[in-house]
Amino acid sequence: MKKSSFWLGALGVLAILLAVAEAKVLINAAGATFPYPIYGKWFDEFTKADPDAQINYQSIGSGGGIRQFTEGTVDFGASDMPMTDEQISKFKNHPLHFPTVLGGIVPTYNIPGVTQELKFTPEALAGIYLGKINKWNDPELTKANPGVKLPNNEIVVVHRSDGSGTSFVFTDYLSKVSPEWKSKVGSSTSVSWPVGLGGKGNEGVAGIVKQTPYSIGYVELIYVLQNKLAYGSLRNAAGTYLKADLESVTEAAAAAAKNMPADFRVSITNQPGKKAYPIATFTWLLIPSKIDDPAKKKAIVAFLHWMLKDGQKDAGSLGYAPLPKEVVAKEEKQIALIQ
Amino acid sequence: MSAPPPTGARALILRLRSGDEVARLITLTFASTILLVTAGLVYELWSTSSLSRHKFGLGFLTSSSWDPVTGQFGALPFIYGTVVTSAIALIIAVPVGLGAAIFLAELAPARLSSAFTFFIELLAAVPSVIYGVLAMFTLVPLMRDYVDPFLKKTLGFLPIFSGTIFGYGYLTAGAILAIMTLPFIISISREALLEVPVEQREAALALGATRWESTWQAVVPWARLGIFGSVFLALARALGETMAVTMVIGNDPAIHASLFSPGYAIAAILANEFTEATGDIYLQSLICLGLVLFLLTIVINALARLLIIATTRRGSAHP
Repeated sequence: MKKSSFWLGALGVLAILLAVAEAKVLINAAGATFPYPIYGKWFDEFTKADPDAQINYQSIGSGGGIRQFTEGTVDFGASDMPMTDEQISKFKNHPLHFPTVLGGIVPTYNIPGVTQELKFTPEALAGIYLGKINKWNDPELTKANPGVKLPNNEIVVVHRSDGSGTSFVFTDYLSKVSPEWKSKVGSSTSVSWPVGLGGKGNEGVAGIVKQTPYSIGYVELIYVLQNKLAYGSLRNAAGTYLKADLESVTEAAAAAAKNMPADFRVSITNQPGKKAYPIATFTWLLIPSKIDDPAKKKAIVAFLHWMLKDGQKDAGSLGYAPLPKEVVAKEEKQIALIQ
Repeated sequence: MSAPPPTGARALILRLRSGDEVARLITLTFASTILLVTAGLVYELWSTSSLSRHKFGLGFLTSSSWDPVTGQFGALPFIYGTVVTSAIALIIAVPVGLGAAIFLAELAPARLSSAFTFFIELLAAVPSVIYGVLAMFTLVPLMRDYVDPFLKKTLGFLPIFSGTIFGYGYLTAGAILAIMTLPFIISISREALLEVPVEQREAALALGATRWESTWQAVVPWARLGIFGSVFLALARALGETMAVTMVIGNDPAIHASLFSPGYAIAAILANEFTEATGDIYLQSLICLGLVLFLLTIVINALARLLIIATTRRGSAHP
């Protein structure tokens, strides 16, 4: 008696599980780690709003995301840098780039005895990372920081050791402001750094800077906001010193919106505009332009609409800069291209 | 009158029925998986790195440029960093580990010895990322503020102890590797020393040797194989260690004479760059580095084995 009721119960559970599995569209995605906190929240909330669709996201890194997307093992990818023409050429149908949120990158430093907030010119930042400016009291730095007593100590330069979208954006910015950087080093997720120590992840760079006197590093804005670290301001293309915050990062995308290419593969560093923070970036979802499974297509399209409208409201509270409305409007049009 | 011995399939069935044959086949299968896994690993590393091998050839081993932007890749700084940090680790860990093992096996009271052993085995089980964090927050400042300046002051005339002190670099990475490999050396060496028959010690003492002479001349040579084994295991861990090394080595793909300078190790760059590597040549060069690490481990192990054979021939009667 007892035994049979147990089996009956088990059968019931199985039936429910099967029914649930049948009703749900399971979508797999993989890619960038930087937007993972907000993607996790979005996919969770989207499933609540639309119980028929479930999106699984593996944050394995942009490179891995592009690879899995190219091999077709996931339904869509995510990346902190746009795909190159060479990567796109491997696709039969041109994949679409959808910017989701924005991030900024800030210089953080540790100079014993200096409590004021430092200002950096693009030339100073490039010079430091090229190894040409190697003392804190270099004229390029003292000129921009009148009233701050900068010490005669060697600068310990810190960069990311792991391949990362953060490094890509930072080196992309340095390439734009310094011809020497562009010809000697260039921009990529990892580069051959002329000087400095490498730390793994934002926490690695911030950890080294925190512990090493007279050091400087670059980390994501979201990381310094969450951990309440001090960071410097940067002179933008219009000549104003700006301290990064969510508005100034969104402003960088708004400034770039006018000349944005139709496929959204664009760098938005060093944009014109008084209020545009110079080291900002999109992070993208990589969506196939042709989705064969109609259920999946419906769910992905629904998610994109939801992300551009409701999803954007979550960005600020998690430390991501939301998309400017100009970009949202352009993306809405691109959704129609999905076949 | 005896029946002719069964032949062919009948014989096989008979032998299978006895059970011994079954056990032999099953254990053989299990043992051969090791060969299979090794062969599979080599094949996979070899075949998925073909692009990089063809483009750079043997120059991959001697080039010291690592530039994902221009697609130029070379393994030398990583080989150098791996070998140097492992060597530093062994230079520190072998004498300390052996000394500790001798104390625990020969001199310490049995109770103390087993209490110590418990803690040593606990240390061996700590995940390496924990050691890495420990190193970042305690070892790095310690090296930067005390050890490195002291070495620079006293031995600064040597190029390996000169230059700027960062706290992150070969020496710190070697030091954390020494700490991580120490439990292996102590634990296994202690076991080996305990295996030595009591008669060996008694004979030495009877001949008028002091306690120390008996230990050093009669017990340690007897346990030599076990001690070497512990060093190999330590070396294998040091060569392949990833997280703790990448957190303190400074991750600079260049060769520096000074041990205070930041460097890089093979396992560290794989952990750092693999997830975000885009482009075939970049990815394949990383896999090629994995192949290099594999070969490096084989070469070093082979050299170590040769060393054992050489010393065993010259040495005492014990195998």
